[in-house]
Amino acid sequence: MTGHHPPVTDWATDFDHADPVWAANPFPIWDDLRRRCPIAHSDRYGGVWLPIRHEDVAAIAYDTDHFTSQSVIVTEGRPLAPAPQGIAPPISSDPPFHHEARRLLLPAFSPKAIGPLEPFTRSYCNELLDAVAGEPVVDAAEQYAQHIPVRIIAHMLGFPPEDADEFREFVHDALESVDLPVETRIENFAKLDGYLRAQVEDHLANPRNDLTTFLLNAEMNGEPLTPEHVGGTIALLLIAGIDTTWSAIGASIWHLAQHPEDRRRLVAEPDLMPLAIEELLRAYAPVTMARLVKEDFEFNGCPMKKNEWVLLPFPAANRDPEFFDRADEVVIDRAENRHAAFGLGIHRCLGSNLARMELRVALEVWLEHFPEFSLADPAAVRWSGGQVRGPRTLPIQIGIP
Amino acid sequence: MRVHVDADKCQGHNRCYALAPELFDVDDLGYASAKDDGEVPAGLEDKARLAVANCPEYAISIDDNAAATSDGHAEKPA
Repeated sequence: MTGHHPPVTDWATDFDHADPVWAANPFPIWDDLRRRCPIAHSDRYGGVWLPIRHEDVAAIAYDTDHFTSQSVIVTEGRPLAPAPQGIAPPISSDPPFHHEARRLLLPAFSPKAIGPLEPFTRSYCNELLDAVAGEPVVDAAEQYAQHIPVRIIAHMLGFPPEDADEFREFVHDALESVDLPVETRIENFAKLDGYLRAQVEDHLANPRNDLTTFLLNAEMNGEPLTPEHVGGTIALLLIAGIDTTWSAIGASIWHLAQHPEDRRRLVAEPDLMPLAIEELLRAYAPVTMARLVKEDFEFNGCPMKKNEWVLLPFPAANRDPEFFDRADEVVIDRAENRHAAFGLGIHRCLGSNLARMELRVALEVWLEHFPEFSLADPAAVRWSGGQVRGPRTLPIQIGIP
Repeated sequence: MRVHVDADKCQGHNRCYALAPELFDVDDLGYASAKDDGEVPAGLEDKARLAVANCPEYAISIDDNAAATSDGHAEKPA
């Protein structure tokens, strides 16, 4: 839930990415800031900067000397786990620790490791849509998109699929309730911690062929991982792929519901899907990351203070007209597309190959079941706020109305 | 025509491998490299350009002047 803070008065000097106005439609805010700033500042969250242009977002993503990843979610508090490991390695880690911690995980998320998960994903997507067959209105977020990444990551980690509701609660607490008081957030994290401890105990007692057992046995520089490292990484893998991919699937269906020309082209020309996926990821990139300023430092004329946040709105960078032609349009067969939906630099989304596969399969299966559909009630669509934006309520009218 | 992947810039986005698997491969960590010393077979030039235009890290480059000799090795004109 967002909206615990007072409403924003001026987006250039008092912005808040948890404001319901941002969640509902951030595009005009970014257009306005691009003209006026282009790096906004707010005193909220103990000080936070917001670059908007692709050039600035990229420069900060690449600059690991002045910016730390110790915490990547902007909240009222500051990170409790020390650098360079941070609370959820490797997303919260800085070089050189980051390099080794990430290298450990890369094979499990490489294209060749993800490919074999496609039949399982496809069969699960079919199962979800078979279950709603005949319903005139289907909520594409609640009845479809939200289930897909949860089911796949539970499978990869070796967690019980029936715990999916709990996983989504953890995600909500970690990523959406960013404007809650620090104490409430710490209480919420204790729930996640307790759940993960029980899973780790179970895997220690019953080792199996999954990512959790892999991490429990893994070594870095010849040493076993610390319990904090294992726990932090499992938390990351559980949380990072859920509402992000769910958002990308939902936003893509939201777009296709309103653009019959794109929808019909994808049905008629399924070979277009790889380009279409990248374009939908560009236009509706769900994820904004963040950094903390390491020491007082001037960036492009902005006096950034130690421990201030810097948001990295990859979704805004992806709409920068200086970087993309027709930046505000979805060009379903866009050929040139250096989008930054999965970030830039050393923290490129570890799960990007998994997310892309899930998004493609989810859309293919949806279009096979429902080649014609539209928004049942545009006013009922609800978007999440904070650093992961996507539809959370998305009623879709099936068939030609 | 030859393509080249700068290993220092590649972050494993996998865009080139997805768009042009004839020209690129990825290793077990997901990092890309050019196949066959980067030589682009006739007819795949557009795919090579597409891969360049989609790399978010600007890690791929094309050498248009590299002509392949009969034994498959590229030779740069003087």
